[in-house]
Amino acid sequence: MTADPRAADPGTTESRAAGSRTAVPLDPSLAPPGTRAFRDAGGIPADRWHADQDGETLVPTHCCFCGVQCGMYLRVDRGGKVFGVEPRNHDINRMRLCPKGINAYQQVNHPDRLTAPLLRRSRDEDFREVSWDEALDFTVAEIKRIQQRYGNDAFGLLGGASLFSEKTYLVGKFARVALKSRHVDYNGRLCMVSAAGANKLAFGIDRAGNPFSDILLTDCLLIAGSNVGECFPVMTQYVWGARDRGASLIVVDPRETAIARTADIHVALKPGTDSAFFNSVLNMVIEEGLTDEAYLATHATGWEEVKAKVAEYPPSRAAEICGIPVEQITQVARAFARAPKAMAWHARGIEHHSQGVENCLSVINLCTATGHIGRPGAGYGTITGQGNGQGGREHGQKADLLPGGRSIMNEEHRRQICEIWGIEESELPPAGTSMMEMVWQMQRREIRGLIGICNNPFVSLPNYGVVKEGYDAMEFHAQFDFFLSETAANAHVVFPVTTWAEDEGVMANAEARVVKHNKAQDPPSGVRTDTWVMCELARRLGAGDKFAFADSRAVFDELRTASAGTVNDYYGITYERLEETGGIAWPCPATDHPGTPRLFEDGRTYHPDGKIHMQAVEWHPPMDPYDDAYPMSLTTGRTVAHFLSGNQTRRLGALVEQTPRPWAELHPSHGFRNGEPVRVVTRRGSEVFPALVTEAIRPDTVFVPYHWPVPTAANALTIDALDPRSKIPEYKVCACRIEHAEKIDDVPAPPVAPGQVSYPETQVSRTDPLPPTAPQGRGTSERS
Amino acid sequence: MMGRTIFIDPGRCIGCQACVSACRECDSHRGKSMIHLDYTDEGRSVASLPTVCMHCEDPVAPCAEVCPADAILVTVDGVVQQADTTRCIGCANCVNACPFGVPKIDLQAKLQMKCNLCYDRTAYGLAPMCATVCPTGALFYGTVEELQAERPGVQVADTFTFGRSEVRTGVAMVVPADRVQWPVPGGLPVVEINGKDVRR
Repeated sequence: MTADPRAADPGTTESRAAGSRTAVPLDPSLAPPGTRAFRDAGGIPADRWHADQDGETLVPTHCCFCGVQCGMYLRVDRGGKVFGVEPRNHDINRMRLCPKGINAYQQVNHPDRLTAPLLRRSRDEDFREVSWDEALDFTVAEIKRIQQRYGNDAFGLLGGASLFSEKTYLVGKFARVALKSRHVDYNGRLCMVSAAGANKLAFGIDRAGNPFSDILLTDCLLIAGSNVGECFPVMTQYVWGARDRGASLIVVDPRETAIARTADIHVALKPGTDSAFFNSVLNMVIEEGLTDEAYLATHATGWEEVKAKVAEYPPSRAAEICGIPVEQITQVARAFARAPKAMAWHARGIEHHSQGVENCLSVINLCTATGHIGRPGAGYGTITGQGNGQGGREHGQKADLLPGGRSIMNEEHRRQICEIWGIEESELPPAGTSMMEMVWQMQRREIRGLIGICNNPFVSLPNYGVVKEGYDAMEFHAQFDFFLSETAANAHVVFPVTTWAEDEGVMANAEARVVKHNKAQDPPSGVRTDTWVMCELARRLGAGDKFAFADSRAVFDELRTASAGTVNDYYGITYERLEETGGIAWPCPATDHPGTPRLFEDGRTYHPDGKIHMQAVEWHPPMDPYDDAYPMSLTTGRTVAHFLSGNQTRRLGALVEQTPRPWAELHPSHGFRNGEPVRVVTRRGSEVFPALVTEAIRPDTVFVPYHWPVPTAANALTIDALDPRSKIPEYKVCACRIEHAEKIDDVPAPPVAPGQVSYPETQVSRTDPLPPTAPQGRGTSERS
Repeated sequence: MMGRTIFIDPGRCIGCQACVSACRECDSHRGKSMIHLDYTDEGRSVASLPTVCMHCEDPVAPCAEVCPADAILVTVDGVVQQADTTRCIGCANCVNACPFGVPKIDLQAKLQMKCNLCYDRTAYGLAPMCATVCPTGALFYGTVEELQAERPGVQVADTFTFGRSEVRTGVAMVVPADRVQWPVPGGLPVVEINGKDVRR
């Protein structure tokens, strides 16, 4: 078929890939439809691929889940309802999606959606559906009552990092201007604040240094504490792309995950020993003379202290601490330091520790000492867990931060923000406390009222017993959500708010690329946007003049101004530019500025001296001590089909079918058979899971995914020890033991509003006595 | 091997089941997934691989050969379609004949269903839904030249043996470049017969 002019047209596949509008004239006589030549020539151009006759439209947007922020189209029918998903050729993901992204649209018109405010005056009553006015007035009356009686700080606000940046900005402003309370924090506190703290200390800027696309250029890729294959599946294309080009891959993880399986070096270290390992790797780099002294002399401070500290971590000592073969340390040191361009990416695995900041600093030290910073294919990055994990902490939602990443302790910063907000500096509250500390304060009755927005601490905070006690002690508790989460089911007032597809706004992904989510459908009747609810509450609290925002766009304009001139500069980013470009990485100080995909290219960090401030790191054992009664480590994490507390995913049939329940993953050496009930006991409690017996985990470690509520909650077992600097809980390691048990606990059905029947499809295999081995692909070592 | 087809690379698969979900979203078989995701090394590692219909070419697709109702049609360009609903009698001959274990039977509806290479999409020059979304490229749609341009040095095979039978397929499998065996030994060792473990 060489006579076909299109076969020789190099632009055909290109223009199709770019989704361009140049239609290729089809010549049926050359290649009739249904023949191979027709298909090989590209068929009908993709831009004709529309179900126009059905009145279907495709709305370009992004996924609501993790920090990769894949682009997708939502399919909207003639009636204006979202009914499906279509892959989108966006820079980040190039048509690819993971199962969460593919099924995300099913949230939007799900039968479990809340469509009217729910209210009860005490926890002894049942919820009843009430009007918006009644719910808002009751909430405002309670806020005023509690604040008059116990002081302004007795009322707290907890936001979330799955909110659009505009909403996170509002959360911070609402707490400080309308509630006048210092107690505001967000669930990103459980996500990556350790990396944020380390980045700030070392670089003076809190974001990943390189874009994902740099991974394709690297010669050595180090991934620490990140199950990329399950938690950020679409990022795997970059990892494999690097491997295709001959890069070596080093994975540090106690489990042999999908990316560790084919890694050149898989360091299966004991949970909670990361900084000892990285110190020792740096020790070996120095030993072998592989440090980049020229780079260190001009670009770093603190190198001598770091050098003296890592000298205390010879491989023999670290190998014993980490429980790994001693030669792996040398292998990693050589592979990373000798590579012309090397990159390190890490995620929760090294951040969820009482030494999370130190762990991240030890990775930064390694990158700095080898000169792998701020070049194409060489650098350092942290993978945000939540969709807006990056943007969620930039605009004043964090207890200690004001918009633009400003510090609430800094006089100058406070003055700037008060000017923008039009309040007196004396009115701006001081710094608050972190999410877990707020729960402790609730326990102690220091906080008596709370509004939670877009979070589900009953599943996601550690040591569930304490969390439940703290929330039960609340005199008043309101939640914003679109499904009745386990936390909302315990509240006095629940406001039904929009999903991500019913509002527009921006999020910043793991590369700090700001992307715009578009509105695909109108919210169901009775549902309002979070923006509207917060502004309406503020109005009723008497701060209406400062919350006169009609929509996200109005909030974004104020957010841009508020961030202008700071490190987190969004000033040059506008909705129009985002729609044109598909995403801009901040800092972007001017509307003609292209954004900053890669940091430190000029060799300067964001500290006044422009240098990387290296910090010496000391390893210490995890906070939960091992003894004869609790000899093993319990570590927790995610599975591919579910997201964080599971409130968004545990109701979607396909995802429930894929992973209906949690399991306890353990090594065959313990003598358990696959599917047998195993009781995991820690100092906080014990729960029974089906055993998933596999050699892909260390013998001294048990893994349980945490997306489910009690009695199947990993977080009923975890410890609420915090990192002293970042206040992140130590989810990733606590002491445990395992015992034989009688019966596996069933997964409770997700809560629903009164009068609703729980969606039957979510009940698929909920009480299946066998573990869902196949869906995790981490199956049995003997057929049960 | 067809010109533009699917290439399966087990080495890239992370077992995430995006393909399984995507197949369900496709319009051609109404919310049922036609992809089989298998775990090849259970209990030892997370190794997994997706199986789509291999669209056998030679001999003409075994499933179509054994169909007593001539319900399985093969298009001009080698796509083996799922059973024609007006002809299929739900006898499951095709299920037994397929060496790759692909077709599924809906016993209640007495219908066979399987992957038909997303004909509704490929006709328009789009990739099948599974290969479009696959986050890792374990399912790749294109020509062998496009595959090799993207992954230098990649080796593919499209001929498999099952006992003494040899099957050439339209969908190809990526094989380890340093251990190319031609044809590829297909199938798995028999593990159990009628529920009895016959490995020992």
